[in-house]
Amino acid sequence: MSRLDDTWADKPGWWGFVTTVDHKRIAARYIVTVVAMLFLAGMLALDMRLQLSVANGTRMGPQLYDESFSLHGSTMLFLVSVPVMEAMGIWLVPLMLGARNLAFPRLSAFSYWLYLGGVLMLWIPHALGITPDLGWFEYPPLSGPGYAPGHRVDIWAQMITFTEVAALAASVNVVATILKMRPPGMTLARMPFFLWAMLIASLMTIFALPAVMLVTSMLIADRLVSTQFFTPAGGGDVLLFQHLFWFFGHPEVYIIFVPAVGFVSAIVEAFSRRPLFGHIAMVLSLLSISVLAFGLWVHHMFAVGLPRLGNDFYTAASMAIALPAGMQIFCWIATIWSGRPRFATPMLWVIGFIATFVIGGLSGIMVASAPLDLQLTDTYFVVAHFHYVLVGGAIFPLFGAFCYWYPKATGRLMSERWGIVAFVLIVGGFNLGFFPMHILGLEGMPRRVYTYGPEMGWDGLNLLATLGSAVSVLGGLVLVANALVSYWRGTPAGPDPWGGPTLEWAAPSPPPPYNFEHTPVVTGIAPLWEHDDLPVMTGLNDEAREVLVTSVVDAVPIYRQHSSGPSVWPLISAVAVSAMFVGSIFTAWAVIWGMLPIAIGLILWFWPVRGRATSGPLRTRAR
Amino acid sequence: MRRMVLLACLLPLAACAGRQSPLAPAALQAEWLHWLLMLMFWVCGIVYALVIALLGASIWRGRHRLAAKPEIEPDDRRLSRGLGVWAGMIVVGLTVLILGSFVVERQLADMRAHEALVVRVTGQQWWWRVQYRDPAGGGWIETANELHLPAGRTARIELGSVDVIHSFWVPNVAGKMDVIPGRANAIDVTPHRLGWFRGQCAEFCGAQHAHMAFDVKVDTPAEFTRWLAAQARPAAPPTGAALVVANGACASCHTLRGTAARGRAGPDLTHVGGRRSVAAGTLPMSRGALQGWIAQPQALKPGTLMPAVALSGAQADAVAAYLESLK
Repeated sequence: MSRLDDTWADKPGWWGFVTTVDHKRIAARYIVTVVAMLFLAGMLALDMRLQLSVANGTRMGPQLYDESFSLHGSTMLFLVSVPVMEAMGIWLVPLMLGARNLAFPRLSAFSYWLYLGGVLMLWIPHALGITPDLGWFEYPPLSGPGYAPGHRVDIWAQMITFTEVAALAASVNVVATILKMRPPGMTLARMPFFLWAMLIASLMTIFALPAVMLVTSMLIADRLVSTQFFTPAGGGDVLLFQHLFWFFGHPEVYIIFVPAVGFVSAIVEAFSRRPLFGHIAMVLSLLSISVLAFGLWVHHMFAVGLPRLGNDFYTAASMAIALPAGMQIFCWIATIWSGRPRFATPMLWVIGFIATFVIGGLSGIMVASAPLDLQLTDTYFVVAHFHYVLVGGAIFPLFGAFCYWYPKATGRLMSERWGIVAFVLIVGGFNLGFFPMHILGLEGMPRRVYTYGPEMGWDGLNLLATLGSAVSVLGGLVLVANALVSYWRGTPAGPDPWGGPTLEWAAPSPPPPYNFEHTPVVTGIAPLWEHDDLPVMTGLNDEAREVLVTSVVDAVPIYRQHSSGPSVWPLISAVAVSAMFVGSIFTAWAVIWGMLPIAIGLILWFWPVRGRATSGPLRTRAR
Repeated sequence: MRRMVLLACLLPLAACAGRQSPLAPAALQAEWLHWLLMLMFWVCGIVYALVIALLGASIWRGRHRLAAKPEIEPDDRRLSRGLGVWAGMIVVGLTVLILGSFVVERQLADMRAHEALVVRVTGQQWWWRVQYRDPAGGGWIETANELHLPAGRTARIELGSVDVIHSFWVPNVAGKMDVIPGRANAIDVTPHRLGWFRGQCAEFCGAQHAHMAFDVKVDTPAEFTRWLAAQARPAAPPTGAALVVANGACASCHTLRGTAARGRAGPDLTHVGGRRSVAAGTLPMSRGALQGWIAQPQALKPGTLMPAVALSGAQADAVAAYLESLK
């Protein structure tokens, strides 16, 4: 025990803090930063709602309003939704695999530092008054050199580069860990559904994000070195930007939603006290969503005047998503139906999720129709739709997951009573606030308007929307307060307070730096339900950081792999990369000269150590 | 048609629909889209009710079944059949909706076969230039922020942008179409209900995206012909203190046909007094609104490209009175 502690623990104090490669500490950092971002984005939303709650509102002028919705959207999509799903993966994947760390420990540290760079890239300029003000999408030519002088657009574009590099680093790590570090016996067929969801979301990230990095780099090039990618007069095409942006932008929605499907499935399974109904159908439906997601980006562009036959193809492809998504809803309900359900707070969030998300899914079918979308796109109907999908479909499951795994992360239970209060306020407030927006859209209210005249008759529903949002924000504060108070005052949870089926519940709460004393051996899909005493294997060195590498399909042990220890070089490399990104806003030469410190950082990061892979005696034994 | 009316009556929302709403169609295109919306609304509404019923039933069923010992290998054969039935229902529902969507798309495309009145609409930050072909000669008759359409005849609206992307949207008449620099887009509309409607830019286009609206009037064909003939006439020449419009700063951006004012950067003012609103829907038309707009454009529409022009009190009065008189 203590030998494992000596091997895996970080140094105490600030040096341990900056050098740690412990996936749990890195994920905790991610989550704390995300909560701060969520709070700021929520405050921006409330501010905008107050502006819109009356006709001819005078709280904000157009500049402030444009900055607010740009910052809100960019923060929520790039700094909250995607990173928080990555963070949950970074924290949970090794625990659910019974592993000691991720496949590339230092890469996960690098990923967080770059994500933090992206946070600072957006919010420090905001504090200095140079806030991006052209939305979270920044279409040229409005964002081109002719109409957007100054550096607001460049800041937005480079913030994306930061967060996308961070997300790619996290995704590669998660994919490698899931495919190569499963415990003996956890064949692909026995892999918990949540891991399938993380695997699929991470693969989607790897395929989708390069498109947005490419397109923002092209935008920066147009602005900095006078390329003409998006200038019609110079032979460019403004629609090229939209195609590339939405080729990323649509899969992005599923990159956020697919891990949420994983949370919901894990919670439904644990609280219905039976394995997930239709496990194979669920995995196949996720796979088909992940493929379809890359073939329907044009439904964000039905109004640009593309050929009608093409639009019809994308209509059919977009609606087809309803089949796998609808089957998933059925599987969850069937699991509850045939199980022995217990309605603790995580399960309440699942119910809130189904009731809310299905509305978003159905309004999604409406906007998927090319002709009907011409009436609905860019109105408050779409605002309602995507908030139902993203908040109802991803944030509610996330809160459920937070309540579910909180005892594992902290060793303490959250208050159920305050959990129910937060649930009622958030779900009730959300529906009260966002349902009226469907009607506002059908009454002709366009998106991204900072004000409207009293003659439009939109003020009553807007006021209702503001009230609902305020109730929801209040609920969010209750949730955070509950988490903070429970951190010190909560009842000790023990390793398995919910009676969960998957391996993370076999580790102590909170898990020690090495996670598991012995690597578990898996014989079925719900290992903790099948064995009162989990079989384990031995053979990993206690005195060196070693992890087990297994085969991709059958999880047969192959060799022991040296796992990188704490290092400051990921942080220094991230600082060097940040300097290059920031510099490249001002001069193209920053890309050249910025390479030097990055190269030095990476060389020292990857400085070879001896004894990487060994195949030694590995044994399975019953405890 | 009767079915559309029937469905419209069934939707409670239709009651509060206004003059900028897809729920109160005034043209064939909007009728078809409204029909599609109703189809979707009912299919999706029934599906939602079904999901909530299933969810509620499973929660109800599970209330007292709590057991500490999990069931590891439950018998799922009946549920699997249920999943198959459910998937079949989804496929049927989607087929209905996709076919409905295709039919409407087809109808919208077929409108193009009709002979069409061509109207050119050009979006710019933050107003709309509107041009009609002069029936008397080959030239264009220009106006701004107000579109008149004859009932019962298809109009092809040719959309262009001189700066950034805008979107042309008159929900009572048809769906929206983006106005994109470097691309020639067009939208066909066949209005049949007389009256005033409102359109608004639907693609974020900068600071005053919120104030880029326009009025749409559906006229009888005779009214439309009269209106167009009136628009073709030149403006009455300004006199006295109002002469500054034709000779001063205003003329560098605005045109008043028949005077020395030939600027092209701003809206044509030849018959500005006959329009319903000032500054692309920012204010309702009145002499006071015109005077306020000339004196303080940045206060009424922050960021507008119209500069405040320094005029004496007498000049401002005269200019506003003159512009208002240009019916």
